[in-house]
Amino acid sequence: MRWLLPRPLLSATVFLLWAVITNAASLALLLLGGLLAIAVPRLTLPFWPDPPRLVRPWRAVRLFAVFAADIVTANWRVARQVVGPLYRLSPALIEVPLDLRDPFLATLLGSIVSLTPGTVAIDVDRQRWVLLVHALDAPDPQALVREIKDRYELPLKEIFAC
Amino acid sequence: MSTATESAVAVLILLGALFVLLGSIGLARLPDFLTRLHGPTKATTLGVGAMLLASAIFFSSGTNEGISLHELAILFFLFITAPVTAHLLAKAALHRQTGTQQSDSGTPVRGRDGEKLPHPDKTS
Repeated sequence: MRWLLPRPLLSATVFLLWAVITNAASLALLLLGGLLAIAVPRLTLPFWPDPPRLVRPWRAVRLFAVFAADIVTANWRVARQVVGPLYRLSPALIEVPLDLRDPFLATLLGSIVSLTPGTVAIDVDRQRWVLLVHALDAPDPQALVREIKDRYELPLKEIFAC
Repeated sequence: MSTATESAVAVLILLGALFVLLGSIGLARLPDFLTRLHGPTKATTLGVGAMLLASAIFFSSGTNEGISLHELAILFFLFITAPVTAHLLAKAALHRQTGTQQSDSGTPVRGRDGEKLPHPDKTS
């Protein structure tokens, strides 16, 4: 089993994506998807030396719900800021010190930060483990740092043992 | 297709278009590179999300059989690629020091002059 599916989660993702793209139209297509689900993780094995282990999958559902809700509310906020008077904004480059020590999780956190409007993740410093974030409007940078750490980083650390 | 689904599709398309428009307005209005980056990266999340949802509803409730799931895949790929684009653009901007200050030692750095954006009445 280990030999056949070295990354069960990646295999599941590949298979699901394949099923969604082809609309799972026929058995032949699903079989091809299964073949891909075995081949792709094996071929990309060298790129992922040691992926984090998923220990609390159910927390991921909650994080995803929080993330989805944040996208909607924050989009609305940015939309208002963009059409409102610009001099009220105080854009800032902010360094968010990270507690996690995993490149994949840092990438995930950066992506979440970039997708929730108002913030874009610019860089992950892997010497100091600092996430450089640019915020469109951050009158209180420390509050934003706390928000990112509490809302996204903590759950990520709980979902993957880290 | 019933009137209810039709109006739901129409509302979602309009909502999506509105947010994409707002993203473009942001791109046009905001003053420097890094703030401008916020407009387009946002439009992809909610704007395109709403349009894809409309598409999924439309093609699932049409005459053709089954439900349409392609949109989920599009959304997934968009969500994993959009941050990469934003990240690369922002990094290139920092590299060239386009109109913003670089943070030095752990202290947060404000926008252009460490201040709020210039008031239109005061600057020009």
